[in-house]
Amino acid sequence: MTEMILREAVTKALREALEDDRVFIMGEDIGAYGGAYAVTRGFLDEFGPERIMDTPISESVIVGAGVGSALAGLRPIVELMTINFSLVAIDQIVNHAAKLRYMSDGQFSVPLVIRTVTGGGGQLAATHSQSFENWYASVPGLKVAVPATPYDALGLFRAAMKDDNPILFAEHSLLYGMRGEVPDEWYEIPFGQADIKRKGNDVTIVAYSRMTHVALQAAAMLEEKGRQAEVIDLRTLRPWDKETVLESVRKTNRVVVVEETWKTGGFSGEIASTIQEEAFDDLDGPVARVGGLDVPAPYNGTLEAAAIPNSERIIKALSDNYGI
Amino acid sequence: MLLIRRFEEACGRLYMQGKIRGFLHLYIGEEAIAVGAISALRPDDYVIGHYRDHGHAIAKGMDPKIAMAELCGKSTGSSGGKGGSMHLFDVERHFMGGHAIVGGQMPIAAGLALSSKYKKEDLVTLCFFGDGAVNQGEFHETLNLASVWKLPILFLLENNLYGMGTHVDRTHAGGRHIYEVASAYDIPGVQIDGMDVLGVNECVSEAVKSIRKGEGPRFIEAMCYRYRGHSMADPTMYRERDEAQELGIKDPIDSLKNFMIQFDVAGEEELAKIAAKVDEQVNEAVQFAEDSPAPDMDAMYTNVYA
Repeated sequence: MTEMILREAVTKALREALEDDRVFIMGEDIGAYGGAYAVTRGFLDEFGPERIMDTPISESVIVGAGVGSALAGLRPIVELMTINFSLVAIDQIVNHAAKLRYMSDGQFSVPLVIRTVTGGGGQLAATHSQSFENWYASVPGLKVAVPATPYDALGLFRAAMKDDNPILFAEHSLLYGMRGEVPDEWYEIPFGQADIKRKGNDVTIVAYSRMTHVALQAAAMLEEKGRQAEVIDLRTLRPWDKETVLESVRKTNRVVVVEETWKTGGFSGEIASTIQEEAFDDLDGPVARVGGLDVPAPYNGTLEAAAIPNSERIIKALSDNYGI
Repeated sequence: MLLIRRFEEACGRLYMQGKIRGFLHLYIGEEAIAVGAISALRPDDYVIGHYRDHGHAIAKGMDPKIAMAELCGKSTGSSGGKGGSMHLFDVERHFMGGHAIVGGQMPIAAGLALSSKYKKEDLVTLCFFGDGAVNQGEFHETLNLASVWKLPILFLLENNLYGMGTHVDRTHAGGRHIYEVASAYDIPGVQIDGMDVLGVNECVSEAVKSIRKGEGPRFIEAMCYRYRGHSMADPTMYRERDEAQELGIKDPIDSLKNFMIQFDVAGEEELAKIAAKVDEQVNEAVQFAEDSPAPDMDAMYTNVYA
C-alpha cells in the first residue's frame, strides 16, 4: 500500500497509460505550464512534445481532434481544463464522440478519454464552478466517471484506458489533495460498480464525487445520534450501479441522494425515480434529494458555501422525510 | 461522375416514392469535385466531409448497393440502416463520413491528419466542407490548429454559393473568394473552377504533393453549382429557376464528354457503353436496396457501445 493524494493517483494513471505508444495527451497548458491543476507537471520533459501536446484555446477542436485520432486507431487522452469549458465542445462530445459508433453501426470506435475538472467551492464564481457530469450521463454512447478518492481515480482510469468508448473522466477541483491508500499491486475498477464507503443499517446516503465526503461527514453526525448510515459512492454515473443502491434501500428503507449540481434536473432525480420505481414497497417515506441550490454560483464565500450541499442539509432532509 | 449523377437521380426518385426518408441532399452538379479530388488521392488517404456525401462516398469506392441500402434504411446498408443519408461510412476505404452538423467534421479531420503525423505515415486527410461551414467557429479552430501544428490536411471548400437557402453574399464578407480566409492562418489557398473535373484533379494533385512532403495544410476553394435544392425538402424559393443558365454554369459531365470527344479520348459509342453500364449499376443498387430487409428490433441496441 502507498499513501498518495488524488492528484498523484491521476498522474500515476497517466504515466501508465503513456506506456502504450498509441496514447498521447492533448489539452490547454498541459505541457509547458505543467497542467492547470499540476497533474501533468514534468510530462513535457519526460515524454516530449510529440506526445504531450499544448493546444490553442479551442475546446471544440481539442475534442474533435481527439475523436479523429481515435477513429484512426490511436487512444488519445484530451483534457478540457474545466467542465465549464466543455460547453464549447459539447457538440463534438455529444454529437460526434458519442454517436459515431452507432451511426456507423460499429465500423468505428471512439476510444477517447476526456479528462476534465468539475465542481465548485473555490469562489471562482458562476461560470467556473459548475458540474455537468449529469448532463453527459444522459447521453447514450458516453461513459462518465466521477471518482472521489485516489484509489477510485486510479482504478477507474485504468479501466477507462482499456475501454474503447468515449469517456468523460471528471476529477473534482477540490479533491486533488485528498489523501488515500493505493495498493501497489495492479487493480482496476469497472464502470458501473458503486462502492459502499461506509456500511450501516438505518439509512442510505447515495453520493458521488466530492459529495461522497460530505455524505461521510453526515454519517459521522448521524452516528452521534445513534443512527448508522450506509454511504454509497456511485463512482460512475454512466453506467451507474443500480443494484447496489437498491439492495441498500431494501435494507435501510430510508434514502437520501446527494449531488453538488443544481437539484433541478440533477442526476439525483434519475436515481430517486429508479428507487421509487423498483423499491417502492421498501421505502418508509419519499426519497430525499439534496442538491445545489438553483442559483448560479455566487462569488461571496458564505453565499457560495450555502449553495453547495453540506452535512446539515443531509441530516435535515432525512429528518423531513423519515422523521429521524 | 456519371455513376454519381445517375445514383443521385435514382435517390431523388426513391425519395419521392417514400423509400428514402428524412433529409436527402443531392450532389447533382458538384460531381467534378468529388471525382476530381478523390481520384488524386491514394486509396488509404482519409476523406471526410459533410452531409451531401453520396458523391464523396462513391468516389472513394463505396459500393453503390450498400450506399443505396443505407439510404433506404435497410440492414444491408453501410450502417445497418442506422445512419442514413448523412452518415455514410466506409472504414476500410478510409471514408470517414458523412457528418450532419455543419462544420462538425472539421475538428475530426484535424484528428485524422494528426494521427497520420503521429504515426509517421505519409497519409493526407481531405476535408470537404461548404460555404456555410466557413462561418462556424470550428472552421476557424481547425484551420488554426492545422496550420500551427502543420497537419497533413487539404481543406476543400465546395462553394456552391448557398448555405442552405442563404446566398454567400449575405453570410460571408468576401463570399466570392473565401479562400483568402486561409491566408489569415498562413495556409496557401487557391480558387478553382469546381465544374472542371480535370482542373480539380490537377489542383488537388499539386496540393497533395506538397502536403505529403510535410509542408503543412493547403486550402482549395472549388466554385460549383448544385442543380437541385439544398435537400429534397427545399422549394428553392431563394433563387431564380434559370439562375444556372444566367450564370453560364456548365454541366461537369457534359463538359468532360465534349472534351473527350473533341480530343478523341473516347467516341460516342464508347461513352454510350459506359452510360449503359452505369445505368445497370444504379438499377442493381436500387434493386438490392429494395430487396433487402429492414433491421431487426434488436439492432436498436447494438453498437451503442463498443
